Amino acid sequence: MEKDQDKILNEVTQGEYKYGFVTDIENETIPKGLNEDVVRLISQKKNEPEFMLEARLKAFRHWQTLIMPEWAHLIIPKINYQDIIYYAAPKQKATLESMDDVDPELKATFDKLGIPLDEQKLMSGVAVDAVMDSVSVKTTFKENLAELGIIFCSFSEAVQEHPDLIKKYMGSVVPYTDNYFAALNSAVFSDGSFCYIPKGVRCPMELSTYFRINAANTGQFERTLIIADDDAYVSYLEGCTAPQRDENQLHAAIVEIVTHKNAEVKYSTVQNWYPGDKNGKGGIYNFVTKRGKCAGENSKISWTQVETGSAITWKYPSCLLLGDNSVGEFYSVAVTNNHQQADTGTKMIHIGKNTKSTIVSKGISAGLSQNSYRGLVKVVKNATNARNFSQCDSLLLSDKCGAHTFPYIEVDNKDSIVEHEATTSKIGEDQIFYCNQRGIKTEDAIGLIVNGYAKEVLNKLPMEFAVEAQKLLQISLEGSVG
Amino acid sequence: MSLETIKTDTKGRFVELYRENQDLIKNDLPDYINEVREKAFEQFKKLGIPDKKNENYKYTDLNKEFNNTYKMYLSPKNIEFQVDDIFKCDVPDLNTKVILLLNGWYYDRENLIQELPGGVIIGSFQKAAEVYPDLVKKHFAKYAGFENEGLVALNTAFVKDGVFLYVPKGVVIEKPIQIINILMDDEEGLTQHRNLFILEENSQASIVVCDHTLSMPNFVTNSVSEFYIGKNAQFDFSRMQNEHNGSKQISHLYFHQERDSRVSANNISLHGGLIRNNVNVLLNGEGCENNTYGLYLTDKGQHIDNYVFVDHANPNCISNQLFKGVLDDFATGAFNGKVLVRKDAQNTLAYQTNNNILLTDDADFNTKPQLEIYADDVKCSHGATVGQLDEDALFYLRSRGINKKEAKLLLMYAFAHDVIHKIQVPALQERIQDLVDKRLRGELSRCNNCQMHCC
Repeated sequence: MEKDQDKILNEVTQGEYKYGFVTDIENETIPKGLNEDVVRLISQKKNEPEFMLEARLKAFRHWQTLIMPEWAHLIIPKINYQDIIYYAAPKQKATLESMDDVDPELKATFDKLGIPLDEQKLMSGVAVDAVMDSVSVKTTFKENLAELGIIFCSFSEAVQEHPDLIKKYMGSVVPYTDNYFAALNSAVFSDGSFCYIPKGVRCPMELSTYFRINAANTGQFERTLIIADDDAYVSYLEGCTAPQRDENQLHAAIVEIVTHKNAEVKYSTVQNWYPGDKNGKGGIYNFVTKRGKCAGENSKISWTQVETGSAITWKYPSCLLLGDNSVGEFYSVAVTNNHQQADTGTKMIHIGKNTKSTIVSKGISAGLSQNSYRGLVKVVKNATNARNFSQCDSLLLSDKCGAHTFPYIEVDNKDSIVEHEATTSKIGEDQIFYCNQRGIKTEDAIGLIVNGYAKEVLNKLPMEFAVEAQKLLQISLEGSVG
Repeated sequence: MSLETIKTDTKGRFVELYRENQDLIKNDLPDYINEVREKAFEQFKKLGIPDKKNENYKYTDLNKEFNNTYKMYLSPKNIEFQVDDIFKCDVPDLNTKVILLLNGWYYDRENLIQELPGGVIIGSFQKAAEVYPDLVKKHFAKYAGFENEGLVALNTAFVKDGVFLYVPKGVVIEKPIQIINILMDDEEGLTQHRNLFILEENSQASIVVCDHTLSMPNFVTNSVSEFYIGKNAQFDFSRMQNEHNGSKQISHLYFHQERDSRVSANNISLHGGLIRNNVNVLLNGEGCENNTYGLYLTDKGQHIDNYVFVDHANPNCISNQLFKGVLDDFATGAFNGKVLVRKDAQNTLAYQTNNNILLTDDADFNTKPQLEIYADDVKCSHGATVGQLDEDALFYLRSRGINKKEAKLLLMYAFAHDVIHKIQVPALQERIQDLVDKRLRGELSRCNNCQMHCC
């Protein structure tokens, strides 16, 4: 029985990464290294207005004064920032008139990833902005959305066409001074998605960005900015994959969300960057700053994330609850296997009155991995009647992995209620026995239990994603239950 | 006799003080202690006093507290007082053996060390180091590591006196031993006593510690206690902190538990300007059990910070932490509990709970319960809450004719009771119950029977 379980676990955890292929496509890259000239070059390549270049240079100069933080429960090999290519773009025609203009090689890549760029082929109502390496390849359903007044395009396009919005909102949630990687990103970010939902509009389809790293030796630095004006609603999805390579690649993105009065944004991520092989070689370093600002009254931001990829994950999607009665939510499943490391969690900063936040974090560690939850719930003095509930569970699937919980709770007034609870355990033998006894094989039983364990979070995902996430969970854990 | 006046704002001043008074510091302790002292001093030079950048001291800024002129007691000072007259802290019906420490020095200078029936040794640490070098050498500074803790390094560098207790194999001390730390002087002072408790195999002991201030000036205490709990030994430790609001108390307790030993520790903090309790537990054998409980009732500008670290280094151990507190006025507090389960410590059960009630908007509490787990066959959980009294419960009581004030008191009392009923010595439990009751009613300004009424 023990042996059986080990075998099944091994099979489950050693499932191959199926997005590890490389697309052979002509690339335009700039030389390795990082200095002011590179920053200027990126800005020039993107034909940016003066204010963008200034913002980049300011961020770059600030970045030079910083040192990489070391407080996370992670072992990060030294990163040589001069050994990274900061801009890589698949070569293609300047403007895309129709679908036929998209490089067939590119189209094939995204088809293979299950992200059809052809609108006719799309069954489900999902508009996609596909980003390969440093640039956005194609945004679908742009016209249909424009009819409603929704702006959904690549970040570079927004810089050209909607500079006012960019000026107003870029850096308003994550300023370049926020942290080391935010400063780096603000200096060298290449592209990303931009989304603006006007007053009173409920976005009729899911918006989605799909990030793909393809070129070797590059870093990916994209930026997403989502603005929901009064009474607007949008559900946003983010997916990502990368080829299988022996060297580590850096991904340092920024996601900013602003919700105004009565607006709601639902942001879901299925993060599946290449996690490295089972000996811990290669993989993506995923150091991302994600933050939402509930600026208006009754606004709501909800983060849902399924983290299965990346060699190292270091991110804390957060909510600043400024508006009265605003709501922040964070649902997370983080799976680590083999040599993966994750230090992830959230920050809920209660500033407005009657603000509410919910945190549900489920960590699953297998193999030799380390999985940490780190979170902060802060209630400032004027945030009367604030309410938080946090639950952080960890499931241990091997005797060599680690699961850690580091919650911080800071409460500054008497009308708030903050609760935190966490448990760490392995799958009970009685649970497996119960399933076995009813004719369910050990392997299926483990799958069942893990899925049940993560259900609370998976349920929060949009339908298309939920199915994928469930499959992903199974693949990630293939062969890891013991 | 000399009392050095120092300005202790920086570690440099301590270093200076140490260098200038080396002879006086070292004179009455044997070489083997002075060797350790030298090492600790070197380490202190590197570490200094922890500030807020130190993650473990994030919510308590001690540099600020040490930034003052204090007297340091490098030799005992004779302050005459009649124990019975001034001080009646002893719990009624609690038949204890009482030991007094005055400003960090063993009080009974006539009778520095005594041997009790069964081979139990109790007395001054300084004297014990001289008379029982083998025993002291074997255990001194073995559990309280100063590699990463600047304040323990400081204490070790200036080690002079404290309490020493030795319980031989298989001996059971029936009567609890009560240690009363008294701070009394007409000037502000810094005391750094050092206690060593050794319980051999199969022994049993129970200790009650009371901390009191008997005069107005502000005091800073930085004490270190080491506990060696031998195989299958049982140890019960209760502490009542009741000092005035100008005092700052930093205490470090190090429990080293051998196989199948059991320790229960209670920290009741009733009063004190700033209290920082560090409790470090190492479960060094299989089958150990450790229970650490805490209750803190603070008001005015008091600050309380409890830090508990439990190291599950071996399989089949159990640890429990329960800390509860009520914060009133503009009191501030923090809890930092950490459970580390090492790689092979399978079948570990570890629980942490921290509940807090904030009574005013100016009160402020930060809690940080942490789990760090490297073994898979474990059951670990923690929970933390910060909130207020349950409205429904209040309504329930009031609908039955209990007035609001009484109802609130009842609820708070019930809240505190969880911790109080964990106290093992029945007479002490009763007494603390009474004290907590009075404290919650605001009737206890300090130790109830103390005639000094200094605050």
